[in-house]
Amino acid sequence: MTNGLKALTAAIAMSFSLGAGSALAQDAKLQAVTDPSFVPFEMLDQESGEMVGFDMDILAEVAERAGFEYDLRTMDFNGIIPALQARNADIALAGITITDEREKIVDFSDPYYDSGLRLLVRANDDSIKKVDDLEGKTVGTKIGSTSANYLQKNVGEKAEITPYPGSSDMYMALLAGSVDAVFYDAPNVGYFSKTQGEGRAKVVGPLYEGQQYGIALADGSEWVEKVNKALAEMKEDGTYDEIYKKWFGQAPE
Amino acid sequence: MEELSFTFDWQAAINSLPFLLKGLPYTLIISFGGLFIGFLIGIVAGLMSLSRTLLVRWPATIYIEIFRGTPILVQVLFIYYGLPDLIGGPINAMTAGIAAIALNSGAYISEVVRGGVKSIDPGQSEAGVSLGLSRSQTFWSIVWPQALRRMIPPLGNQAIVSIKDTSLFSVIGVGELVRQGQVYIATTFTAFEVYFMVALLYLSVTLSLSVLLRWYERRGSASI
Repeated sequence: MTNGLKALTAAIAMSFSLGAGSALAQDAKLQAVTDPSFVPFEMLDQESGEMVGFDMDILAEVAERAGFEYDLRTMDFNGIIPALQARNADIALAGITITDEREKIVDFSDPYYDSGLRLLVRANDDSIKKVDDLEGKTVGTKIGSTSANYLQKNVGEKAEITPYPGSSDMYMALLAGSVDAVFYDAPNVGYFSKTQGEGRAKVVGPLYEGQQYGIALADGSEWVEKVNKALAEMKEDGTYDEIYKKWFGQAPE
Repeated sequence: MEELSFTFDWQAAINSLPFLLKGLPYTLIISFGGLFIGFLIGIVAGLMSLSRTLLVRWPATIYIEIFRGTPILVQVLFIYYGLPDLIGGPINAMTAGIAAIALNSGAYISEVVRGGVKSIDPGQSEAGVSLGLSRSQTFWSIVWPQALRRMIPPLGNQAIVSIKDTSLFSVIGVGELVRQGQVYIATTFTAFEVYFMVALLYLSVTLSLSVLLRWYERRGSASI
């Protein structure tokens, strides 16, 4: 019994020191959050076990220039803005589209990526060519994303909309036949159709709703200006183009 | 779908293991840290709920009903996203997880404690009192040791439930077993294999605990 008690005491002491450690770290370090998977912006590198991608390179570069260190955690996309709102996180990069609604709750940096929304269907499906064709079909999207809002507004009751917590969930649902289409951010959909989805899924239709991604920070964050300055410098000296080319194969237009 | 046959890819399952194992310490720390505090809360609230004084009994009853009557997922979301507004400061995800397990398991453990003590025949305390012991002496040296022995199986049960409940904390970004699995699957799309390994890891923890408790129970009953 005493041994068991000792082990428990050790575990509890450890959990407290762990909690205290990161609480103290919050003074010197920013808590950064990202999505578990938003290829090629953030994804797991299986070899190193680290998160890599366009956003991750941007974050590392911005942190160095703006002068902060950070701890990185992954959260479901729908939890990211609430975590910033609760101030449990300080900074988030997850291909977050700058919208009026979100700007009321968090601060955004200047935009750092031009995006849009696209439709993905199974490779052998010719019945869906654009969003209007979704009538009577099932379509997957991500909880709390701008694509989910777009579908609500433009398709509404006509199609069955299934919101998923993660992007991989909705792609797996598409390939397994649980949904007929996926509607989501253009670079992510495009990357998937060229990698794991090759030959099994294809992008159809035009680019919907021009959008821009921004770095999200807690409301009133002292870091917004420094982050903007770092972004501007990176665009100026070509670092941004280099990172862009590394993940998208070509320089930004 | 062109192919319906499915083959279990052992290599993919094994490859995921090192990454999944990074989540295990978090699962264990939240489980056992939370349960340890939960036991303390449970004993106090359980004894309070046995009190004959209304003012002592009521707070315990209210606490038990609230935390037993709402889902632990709602509790942790409330603690992580709701509480910072109330206390005016951020909450660490690990702390939120430990607090949720502690408060939730504490409510159930209180009921185990109450039931355990009530299950001891009143004749036992009457005997103690008639031997000249005080009421508190009777309780702590006669009733409590017997009740504790009866509490072990339901307490073990609660420990196992709480260990599994930590899987829900993937939603607040704790890098525990399920979160690690989700991050891994997001790039490999090997959902079946990875969740299979995640399940195996949970089983290895809960089964070891079961074995330990059985052994303790047997040893305990032999020593009577």
